[in-house]
Amino acid sequence: MSKMTMVQAINLALRQEMANDDRVVLLGEDIGRDGGVFRVTEGLIDAFGPERVLDTPLAESAIAGMAVGMAIYGLRPVCEIQFSGFAYHCFHQLESHAARLRWRSQGRLSVPMVLRAPYGGGVRALEHHSESREAYWAHTPGLKTVIPSGPRTARALMVSAIRDPDPVVFYEAKGLYRAYREEVPDEEEIIPIGRSQIVREGGDLTMIAYGAMVRPALEAAEELRASDGVETEVIDLLTIAPLDDTLILQSVTRTGRAVVIHEAPRSFGPGAEIVTRLMEGAFYYLEAPIARVTGYDLIIPYFSREKWYIPNVRRIVDAARQTLTS
Amino acid sequence: MTPRKSAKTTAAPVEREHGLHLLRSMVRIRRFEDKCAELYTATKIRGFLHLYDGEEAVAVGVLEALTADDAVVATYREHGHALVRGVAAGAILAEMYGRQEGCSRGRGGSMHLFDARTRFYGGNAIVGGGLPLAVGLALADTMQQKRRVTCCFFGDGAVAEGEFHESLNLAALWRLPVLFVCENNLYAMGTALRYAQAATDLAARAASYGMAAAAVDGMDVLAVEAAAHQAAAAIRAGEGPQFLECRTYRFRAHSMYDAELYRTRAEVEQWKQRCPIASFTERLRGAGLVSDGDLEAIEAEVAREINEAVAFAEAGSLEPVEDLTRFVYSERRLP
Repeated sequence: MSKMTMVQAINLALRQEMANDDRVVLLGEDIGRDGGVFRVTEGLIDAFGPERVLDTPLAESAIAGMAVGMAIYGLRPVCEIQFSGFAYHCFHQLESHAARLRWRSQGRLSVPMVLRAPYGGGVRALEHHSESREAYWAHTPGLKTVIPSGPRTARALMVSAIRDPDPVVFYEAKGLYRAYREEVPDEEEIIPIGRSQIVREGGDLTMIAYGAMVRPALEAAEELRASDGVETEVIDLLTIAPLDDTLILQSVTRTGRAVVIHEAPRSFGPGAEIVTRLMEGAFYYLEAPIARVTGYDLIIPYFSREKWYIPNVRRIVDAARQTLTS
Repeated sequence: MTPRKSAKTTAAPVEREHGLHLLRSMVRIRRFEDKCAELYTATKIRGFLHLYDGEEAVAVGVLEALTADDAVVATYREHGHALVRGVAAGAILAEMYGRQEGCSRGRGGSMHLFDARTRFYGGNAIVGGGLPLAVGLALADTMQQKRRVTCCFFGDGAVAEGEFHESLNLAALWRLPVLFVCENNLYAMGTALRYAQAATDLAARAASYGMAAAAVDGMDVLAVEAAAHQAAAAIRAGEGPQFLECRTYRFRAHSMYDAELYRTRAEVEQWKQRCPIASFTERLRGAGLVSDGDLEAIEAEVAREINEAVAFAEAGSLEPVEDLTRFVYSERRLP
């Protein structure tokens, strides 16, 4: 057990999986000799050699497409795209091929690949370097979309993603990369894909968040307890798609009130699906309309206005109070 | 990797006034970039910063060949191009500060400088993203019988992207008026050209698409200028797209977050010996065309311009929050 940043925790997962399984190979831009733009793959080329840590040219479409081919032939490719905003070049390969080959071949082919990319704001960047577009992938049947919320979940989910028989898009909140350290066990730890976690228990209200939004949700929950005496349950989704609604339905059935939080733009965002599931499965238990605290329906602004865009504790608390009083 | 000797160089004579003009343009870029680095360190500028130090001769030489009617499409390392093209230093800096007085109203940042007046179509944060756009501009010009040139800058890294190949093929196939300028600084961020391309002669790659292509010493502003003039003239004469590979080197890191593990200090120092500004200054001096007084005057003038730009950016204001939802969809244009 040692305290690690999320960068180190993902590195640990990659290192252990590469040591355990020769089929695991990494490919991406600047990931080998240079150690990756965020240093997630640092040292792996020294440990496993350039045959398993492939420095590619700037060719995101080919990175994703090659991974499809490699996966079909039994390898376990893990691609890195430097920023999620550069992954649109991969869209064709993921949407048209990775996601469909199992279905199209009636199970004869499978594509056990992982596409990792840093996403989200909070590092005072701009546009492609700050945005949250996980809904593109979550909308595609056949892809799995996974977003850890910190070092420990990142490590445990990465192990599952690499071992998963299906293509996994693995988004890493870059604002969390070095935000804090957390105890990460040395021995193997796995969180199954498709399972969410209760990270704080409470009976008055349910907050549903993922990625970098889990921490402000927890802070908002603390504030609500301190100032309003409200006990908030916080659920960390971890897997966006396929969405497992068991836990959120159980929780909202108990609390009757829910706030859904994400950085992604509001309309047609992951929150829309989550709210719909709650309407379908917990409608008769609801005490108030479900609130969403999200990014707005526009391109995430430049650093000078980034804070206005990204959901913060204030906005979450306000939405929660509205939910509690209506 | 050592400087390539095969690239064309020139010892062409230069008029004093023109020589001073080229020198001043390169000095403007260098001092501007150095100021940006300082302001980034002071956290006035955020959102990544890619500086052009060492590559000044490329933007300065190439843009000499364009008229005001031509269009420019650039990369995320485009401050220098915007400056030379005529975007005010203050508007560029205010943009990096995220102020609404910036050339993109503080929405774009360092990588997304846009300016309609100078026909500067960005700033593009996505490697290779500008090439199809440039081909589209040129196609529209052709369809609308407008005889002008679209000049598209990109780096050696873009050559690996599919868009490069799609764009060059289409431009050649339809004989579109595009001047493709490859700023080959030998590294795509941290990956050396030799690790990214089996065939590293990029001009030869372009030629394979059926367009005239040349390589030039990108550290020699006169060589770049001469080659750009020749290419632009060919485009204006209806000979279709032209490709110019400028072999150059970036003196600073890829961005402000780059530990530069992929190249040696000795290599950087070796290239710095070929600094386009120092070498051109020496050349002018050797020919008796500039005096110390001229150099001091240039430095003083540039320092004044940059100080004014900083003051302009500092005095800038943030776009009101209620305006941030504007221009997601069509509406009346701002003046």
